[in-house]
Amino acid sequence: MKFGILVNEGPFTHQASDSAYRFAAAAIEKGHEVSRVFFYNDGVFNANKLSEPQTDDRNLVALWAELGKANNIDLVVCIAAALRRGIKEEVLQDGFRISGLGQLVEAGIENDRLVVFGD
Amino acid sequence: MEPWEEEEGPEVVKRFMYVNRRAPYGTIYALECLEVVLIAAAFDQDVSVVFVDDGIYQLKKDQDTTGIGMKNFSKTYRALDDYDVEKIYVEKESLEKRGLAEDDLIIPVEVVAADKLREIMAQQDVVISS
Repeated sequence: MKFGILVNEGPFTHQASDSAYRFAAAAIEKGHEVSRVFFYNDGVFNANKLSEPQTDDRNLVALWAELGKANNIDLVVCIAAALRRGIKEEVLQDGFRISGLGQLVEAGIENDRLVVFGD
Repeated sequence: MEPWEEEEGPEVVKRFMYVNRRAPYGTIYALECLEVVLIAAAFDQDVSVVFVDDGIYQLKKDQDTTGIGMKNFSKTYRALDDYDVEKIYVEKESLEKRGLAEDDLIIPVEVVAADKLREIMAQQDVVISS
């Protein structure tokens, strides 16, 4: 099955992004495809390369980037949500790209399922 | 098919439902969900918008946000009609629980009971809730 994923929370206040990451990794391991992950609301903070969790904590920004690179997942950060939160090209983790909300709608159209992770 | 008619592949039209569960202020979910709906309307999909729980306060008439320093975006819901978003559902139980009636809302809506709403929701291809 082909999945699109929507992540609506940042990496720390809520578990949503962790759950989304684990869902994506598990789906891929089972032979499914994850074509795109769209980051919206505070979810755009998952792309902030300046984020420095403590060394004994998981680093979701890096984990998403690695998963995306290894499995050719399109990691898209919403431009409108990103700009108001100060997420711009200069702080964007490698592997993510900034684009419009149309990419979310497209993910809904082109995938068998769009799975939403939020609060 | 006549030769002057352009052959087109089957257009994918999916049913997208946007579910608003939260009050308009206090968190950003309502505003950012509205932004998604307005963009999504341009994609020629079958779009519906639902208001349940405190989400129905998003449509309350006569909102005044001067005291909290936030932009009052409630009038933007009136643009939904211009964007051809016509399926707007409000859950009957949520409305009644809050002592509100259809007349208290800023735009015309279809008030539906929870079990009917459940049916409509089950028919969707994509449900985005916030």
